[in-house]
Amino acid sequence: MQKILQIVEKWGGRKDCLIEMLHDVQTEYNHLPESALRVLSARLSVPLTQITHVATFYASFSLVPKGDTRLRVCMGTACYQKGGNRILEALERELKVKSGEVTPDGEFSLESARCIGCCGIAPALVVDDDDVFGKVNPTKMKKFVADIKKKKQAGKQSAAEA
Amino acid sequence: MPKLSIEDLKKMREDAARKRILRDGESRVRITIHMGTCGIMSGARDVLKAVLSEVEASDLKDTIVTTSGCAGLCSREPMATVEIAGHAPVKYVDLTAEKVVRIVKEHIAGGTVVQELALAVGSEMTR
Amino acid sequence: MEPRLSVLICSGTGCASNKSMEVMDALRKEIATRGLEQEVEVVQTGCQGFCAVGPIVYVQPDDVFYQQVGVKDVPRLVEEHFLKGRPYKDKLYVPPMGGMPIPKLMDIPFFKSQVLVALRNKGLIDPEKIEDYIARDGYQALARVLTEMKPEQVIECVTKSGLRGRGGGGFPTGVKWASARKASGDIKYVLCNGDEGDPGAFMDRSIMEGDPHSVLEGMCIAAFAVGSSQGYVYVRKEYPLAVQRIEVAIEQAREFGLLGKDILGAGFDFDVEVRRGAGAFVCGESTALMASIEGNPGEPRAKYIHTVDAGLWNRPSCLNNVETFANVPMILQRGWEWFSSIGTGDVSQDPWGGSKGTKVFSIAGDVNNTGLIEVPMGTTLREIVFDIAGGLPEGKRFKAVQTGGPSGGFLPESLLNLPVDFDRLVEAGSMMGSGGMVVLGHDKCMVDSAKFFIDFTADESCGKCTPCRIGSKIMLQSLEKISEGKATEEDVEQLERVAHEVANLSLCGLGKSAPNPVLTALRYFRDEVMAHVHEKRCPAGECKALITYSIDAGKCTGCTLCAKNCPTDCITGERKAAHAIVTDRCIKCGSCKIVCNFDAVVVQ
Ligand SMILES: Cc1cc2nc3c(=O)[nH]c(=O)nc-3n(C[C@H](O)[C@H](O)[C@H](O)COP(=O)(O)O)c2cc1C
Repeated sequence: MQKILQIVEKWGGRKDCLIEMLHDVQTEYNHLPESALRVLSARLSVPLTQITHVATFYASFSLVPKGDTRLRVCMGTACYQKGGNRILEALERELKVKSGEVTPDGEFSLESARCIGCCGIAPALVVDDDDVFGKVNPTKMKKFVADIKKKKQAGKQSAAEA
Repeated sequence: MPKLSIEDLKKMREDAARKRILRDGESRVRITIHMGTCGIMSGARDVLKAVLSEVEASDLKDTIVTTSGCAGLCSREPMATVEIAGHAPVKYVDLTAEKVVRIVKEHIAGGTVVQELALAVGSEMTR
Repeated sequence: MEPRLSVLICSGTGCASNKSMEVMDALRKEIATRGLEQEVEVVQTGCQGFCAVGPIVYVQPDDVFYQQVGVKDVPRLVEEHFLKGRPYKDKLYVPPMGGMPIPKLMDIPFFKSQVLVALRNKGLIDPEKIEDYIARDGYQALARVLTEMKPEQVIECVTKSGLRGRGGGGFPTGVKWASARKASGDIKYVLCNGDEGDPGAFMDRSIMEGDPHSVLEGMCIAAFAVGSSQGYVYVRKEYPLAVQRIEVAIEQAREFGLLGKDILGAGFDFDVEVRRGAGAFVCGESTALMASIEGNPGEPRAKYIHTVDAGLWNRPSCLNNVETFANVPMILQRGWEWFSSIGTGDVSQDPWGGSKGTKVFSIAGDVNNTGLIEVPMGTTLREIVFDIAGGLPEGKRFKAVQTGGPSGGFLPESLLNLPVDFDRLVEAGSMMGSGGMVVLGHDKCMVDSAKFFIDFTADESCGKCTPCRIGSKIMLQSLEKISEGKATEEDVEQLERVAHEVANLSLCGLGKSAPNPVLTALRYFRDEVMAHVHEKRCPAGECKALITYSIDAGKCTGCTLCAKNCPTDCITGERKAAHAIVTDRCIKCGSCKIVCNFDAVVVQ
């Protein structure tokens, strides 16, 4: 609640900044919780239906939580031509979920992305928001996922030790 | 920073342009790491880090390390340009941290171009 | 008229410290005094690698090099060479014996044919330092505009230059500005379209990341011309670095008094804010973009009232693309004559009469050099694909080049000599779009590629108008049937009919241009499409339902690599003996073909 109010504050409580606020909420909670949308609705005096309309129109927003780690496979033209769909299929097999879903343990979500503008090094794949991998190979996806898990485990351990 | 007037802007352009000219003394060498999104994802950050620590370790006080946007040739990222006063710039491609350390040692400190890593000398035309 | 001679003056660090810029001014003056401006152009270059004997002056196409040219040499040089047509011997450069071990950048085809205008600062400046931009003549055009020009003169200059919008449609920028100036209203907006939705284009990202001030300066000049004091840059959220660099640039420009109140002490106010997109392709469309900045869903509206009259918050709004704005300072600085001397056609009577200046293309797909290039309008597809991008990788043959993304089309080999400009591309059934170019090799299926784009459109259609919402779904279903080998000739006819209907009846540009990939695939690659229908065969070997994987026993060495990598364990065979694929368990994922080192996996 406090966080949401801060976000509203940051954008001067301006209705036209709704999309920017939703971006910030999504960054904070990994999705748009209904409670947050209700707070925004009350604060901005914008009907909840209108906010939900915006939240569901844009592909960047999600009403359900995403995985801890978000894998987004670029499906822009260049990546598709270079086998982006094979990367996505390989990850679907590896994680046993379909594109757009979250693994039951909540660890990974898998999505396709609309061009991340890195066509020069296609096919590309993004982990979370900004960790981009270029020229990825569909036959190496098992190791790719295992490496991410390992890295996270190590991260958690060192956090626990500290 | 006080707001600029037209005269300030003209003067600033001259000063800034002069500052960009390399000369013997405090700014003899400039190395530019190209850091657009493609460059960064191909490892430009590691390259930059390696350059900074090598320049410091070798105590190269006359070397300016700077970054810039995409150089256009995505398939050969990460890229860097080395300019030494009085010499043509040299563009290096397909860099890694190890390769760039070699460039700092051999080209910047030693004065010989690392031929097998270099793409070309010179730069582009602007109209 | 094309100039007879180009005089290239090096402005690299070596030559500049030897006063090459003064030599350049002296040359320009001398050429003007002798009345040779039309015949001889003076071009500033980066370092060409001859610093030891600078300043260097290079004359093309004569291929004559002069060294250590001083201001006092200029009159003699101009007289001897440009007037009398013989080299000026005193300063002639004689090359040393033995070649350079490393090539010169300008001898490399990727760089040689490029002409940098919008990308003029590419790789040369630190995008987070406004001083670097100013050192390269940044904000000088704005200073001139604010002190020496009237808004009408700015608009006239841009109109005469022949600049047309780089965002897709190629609308003449000066004409748009003139309407925005005329529109009535106290508050007007200048908007920059950095949505770059074409999946395959990244020039706007590169400009925003590499040279954000060029965009801000262009917006500022536009604002002065149309009478606006508030601007917005709409950037897609997928470009975090571009957002950050534009934000830093705005901060710095404000600090220096180049944005905000009383810019450069000239009594003109203008400020800019950034708005992030949220992953909707349609938000690149002008009315949808404005709805999105207002905080609403990005749905387009019919444009019987133009956005220059009633756009953002129903006020007059002037929207231009990132690359369009980046060109503007150069036009004001170098003059419209210079800009309109580059490119195709004639814009002196009709602003739609040609395509002037340069265009940035992002080139990707099956080519050796992927990246961003900037070339004069009218450069042929062949030069772009084969000379600059270095052709296709070994073993691949050219099949098509896709221009303009989801709004564009596929162009076949027979059109490789097409000069690329706004109008030629439209005639060929494609579009400039924002300048994405993806090259397809012989092993890419046109049905699959068309399906890719229609799938994109069907997904990104906002759903407001029926032709686009339903039509794109119908097209997608037809293409799926074709790729599965289940289609009949009637299905192809229906596909074509629906494609024309969607193009004619849709509300906005998204639907109007969406059928282009399908229509060009049918126009130029009909045989390949019909092979799916008549022979139930995918000639390129991509449509999964129509292909099978098998192993060529003659080539297989029994290394077991394919079996290890097969996700369904459907490859059998002993070590060192030929392997085989159990076809009914094969999911056609292609893993075996990727890992095989002996080219033994066959797709039929
Ligand atoms: C579906 C659709 C998507 C578009 N996407 C973009 C885009 O990503 N970037 C852009 O600059 N223009 C885009 N446009 C074109 C804009 O509507 C508009 O014409 C342009 O921004 C005007 O600027 P210009 O005249 O400088 O090109 C798109 C148009 C349509 C119909």
